[in-house]
Amino acid sequence: MSWISKTLTSSIGRKIIMATTGLFLCSFLLVHLLINLQLLRHDGGASFNFWAEFMGTNPIIRFMEIVLMLGFALHIYQGLALAIKNKKARGAQGYVVNHSEQNSQWASRNMALLGTLLLIFLIVHLMNFWIRSRFDAFGGLAEVKVPNLDHPVGDLYSVAATSFKIPWYVALYALAQIALGYHLWHGFRSGFQTLGVKHPKYTPAIYYTGYAFAVVVSALFAIIPIIMFFSDAYQPRLPTEQAVEQSLTEAPDALR
Amino acid sequence: MAGSNPNAKPMNLTLKVWRQKNRISQGGIVDYQVKDISPDMSFLEMLDVLNEDLLRQGQEPVAFDHDCREGICGSCNLFINGRAHGPEQGTTTCQLHMRKFSDGDTITIEPWRASAFPINKDLSVDRSAFDRIIQAGGYVSINTGGTPDANEIPIPKDIADRAFEAATCIGCGACVAACKNASAMLFVSAKVSQLALLPQGHVERKTRVENMVAQMDKEGFGACTNIGSCAAECPVGISLENIAILNQEFLSAKATSNNLA
Repeated sequence: MSWISKTLTSSIGRKIIMATTGLFLCSFLLVHLLINLQLLRHDGGASFNFWAEFMGTNPIIRFMEIVLMLGFALHIYQGLALAIKNKKARGAQGYVVNHSEQNSQWASRNMALLGTLLLIFLIVHLMNFWIRSRFDAFGGLAEVKVPNLDHPVGDLYSVAATSFKIPWYVALYALAQIALGYHLWHGFRSGFQTLGVKHPKYTPAIYYTGYAFAVVVSALFAIIPIIMFFSDAYQPRLPTEQAVEQSLTEAPDALR
Repeated sequence: MAGSNPNAKPMNLTLKVWRQKNRISQGGIVDYQVKDISPDMSFLEMLDVLNEDLLRQGQEPVAFDHDCREGICGSCNLFINGRAHGPEQGTTTCQLHMRKFSDGDTITIEPWRASAFPINKDLSVDRSAFDRIIQAGGYVSINTGGTPDANEIPIPKDIADRAFEAATCIGCGACVAACKNASAMLFVSAKVSQLALLPQGHVERKTRVENMVAQMDKEGFGACTNIGSCAAECPVGISLENIAILNQEFLSAKATSNNLA
């Protein structure tokens, strides 16, 4: 075994893989959130569809999509493998009485559970949005025209607007964000600790940034489907053969 | 008795003690009653009372590890009421006094639980895995000659203090016991950063961290997920900063050491 594989398979190497992929996935969350917030504009989905098209066609983004998938795969695989290894390390007989709540945070002790919940959510989420927007065989998207682009784009907005009128779907999305929030609560600062960033000047800032990141990101992700569920301003377009024009200035009613 | 509290009333307690005949047998919790326990007793003295009772009744006493009984040796590893070394922070079991409990309490006493720390008998566990990690690199093997003059090797006070703090680790294993993952990362990090911070330790700096981490993994300890239970339960307050130092030391050693294997 070479020194590189020895490094990456050691317990410290594996936690460094968890930290780097985890922090990279945090950056993905930020981009995803910024685009999701476009859903809330009262423009019938023109902005959202514009950015969805950008993310689906820009060569740099398409390359990063592969990196992102590798990041997810590594993070999920290592996370589950480490959870199994760590369970073994305790031994067959656990403690009869264990008050770990008195020495650590719940989120920190349940990262594998939270991660598994997020994995289930991720699969449902990808099946509904990502697969459909990438492969026509899985439903495909209706086409619309958005300003600033001369070709029609997929109407991903209508998929979101349709999905977020279904109560159990909205509940699933909102509840999954609780798992995300707790996962980030521990994960953000833990990533920096693993990378060796522990300093009296920066550590408190990293902790508070991590807590704020966890709360703000998960709350914003959760509130989007809830707003779209309760507000009448967000309606899916009825399926037509024609690509319809979208405008950034006109009210959505004019589009329907 | 000098120093004792005249108002302290003796206590009667129910003990739920893990009994296990040997390494391979199945253990279980056995209930015992102890009477007239003075609040001034240490936890280990209370167990001594239990064992004397058991001996008088012709039963086998409870095996538990202890040595110095003043918080230095790190032998008295007991998991008391779901906490390593009991409910009090910053103490070993021998420094825990019965005044922290009340008359009529039920106290559950278990051994450290980790695959890398097999149970010898009852509450006594085999922590030789720690010895083997130290043997893998937790030493300075250069000839340091006679006693050097004071301040011959200049070490800034700040560095000396941090190295000393790491060096206070008594190797009790509470970090492993408290960790959800049974990880030995805090122990190894204290030993690595103690020597990495001082000039005497620099000679073997890279091979030390490589070998100690490799041995730690070989012993079957879990991986660290930065939960923080270890530092919270550490009787001498070893900080999580040491784990961050260990991660840096390990990465830079792996990237720059001459060890290709």
